[in-house]
Amino acid sequence: MALFFLFDSQTSDHTAADSAYVLTDSVRVAVAHSTPPGEESGNLFTDLLKHVQDSHELETPFGHIALPHIHLFGIDMSITKHVVFLWIAAAVLILGLALVARKNRKQIVPTGFGNLVEVFIVFVRDEIVIPNMGIGGVKYLPYLLTTFFFILLMNLLGLVPYGASATGNVSVTAGLAVIAYFMIQFAALRAQGIGHYLAHFTGGVHWLLWPIMIPIEILGTFTKAFALCIRLFANMTGGHIVIVSLLGLIFVFGKISPTIGYAVSVPSVIFTLGINFLELFVAVLQAYIFTMLTSLFMGLGMQSEVHEERAH
Amino acid sequence: MLDINPGLILWTIITFVILLFILTKTAWKPLLEALQAREQGIRDALHEAEEAKKESERMLAEHKSALSKANEETARILKEGRELAEQMKNEIVAKAHESANAMMAHAKEDIQREKETALIQLKNEVADLAINAAEKILEETLDESRQKKLVDKVLQKLPKN
Repeated sequence: MALFFLFDSQTSDHTAADSAYVLTDSVRVAVAHSTPPGEESGNLFTDLLKHVQDSHELETPFGHIALPHIHLFGIDMSITKHVVFLWIAAAVLILGLALVARKNRKQIVPTGFGNLVEVFIVFVRDEIVIPNMGIGGVKYLPYLLTTFFFILLMNLLGLVPYGASATGNVSVTAGLAVIAYFMIQFAALRAQGIGHYLAHFTGGVHWLLWPIMIPIEILGTFTKAFALCIRLFANMTGGHIVIVSLLGLIFVFGKISPTIGYAVSVPSVIFTLGINFLELFVAVLQAYIFTMLTSLFMGLGMQSEVHEERAH
Repeated sequence: MLDINPGLILWTIITFVILLFILTKTAWKPLLEALQAREQGIRDALHEAEEAKKESERMLAEHKSALSKANEETARILKEGRELAEQMKNEIVAKAHESANAMMAHAKEDIQREKETALIQLKNEVADLAINAAEKILEETLDESRQKKLVDKVLQKLPKN
């Protein structure tokens, strides 16, 4: 999330000075938003973190758009901000990649954007899928490519003004991890067959140890997916919180004296810029890590038959 | 922040599954196929280039060997020709010598034969003259002066040699 904070010196009375408005990259918007006073009072960080968290409102350059609340079968299926960004990411992917596919089919050697996409595809195939899963992993390539591009785009959308990274929400990463969990189990089941798949849970130990071994192994399958979920969420949220903290320093010091606030703002903004570039890198890195680990876990499940045969 | 929202999990799963389905149809399949086709094309082209290189190398070697063979052949023909010419020259010279010698021998023989016939003729002539002189002496008695004259006459008739 590209967060640009501005210390609003115009409204320097005691209520407005406390509240820091999380604004976008234009002063115009900053001024427009600073007018409703008192509405967002309270802790500095809870105010700032609201913009990292999910909400029922969508921030746009033209004001806030209320999103519908939907309840289906007792589940809150509201279209929240992060759902909207899920869909934006999905729509951009569908349109962009369909365009690339059509363009690449016309020319023998892809150029420009088509070439870039192909670099990523070849990277996922040759550096992630084939080393981890062998040549048999190529049939899972569409799933892993979708995972990679979807996560990458969701991460990057957080760096766009007014954007939000849906992957900074633990529910979204949990959803992705649930899919990864089923894909890991499916890959293992398909490669080994039901018998070997179930036998794997015993860990190859004496049957008296099975009551201990089987729950551990079953738990083990969940921890992998759980780790995927938390890793992505924490990394994406972490960067945002670092930015919030760095920029928050301006307001903390600004509360003491506006002069110190301005003085602190210079290194703060420089550091924030640095963190933003780091975030750009992390966006790609985390998409890679999620895809690589999913592929690794799938590959482990697919190969464990070989391991067991060696052990016998 | 860590509160789980089941609705959002469901939305994520639904969105992902639909995205996976659409992208597989519209993007991954054609893109991967195009990629594979291109990679295969490159592999084929490289293989073909390798083959062509081998072929050209083979042909070059062939040409080189043919050239060296031709050179050898030329040298051999030249040598043979030279030898033949030498041989012919020697033969011709020998023949010329032989024929010259034969002609000389022939000429010598002819000379010898002529000389012999000349000598035989001379002998006959002398004998005839002697007979003629004797006849003359017998036919007429001659005085000493006349006799002398006669002898001179006879002697004059004799050839000088």
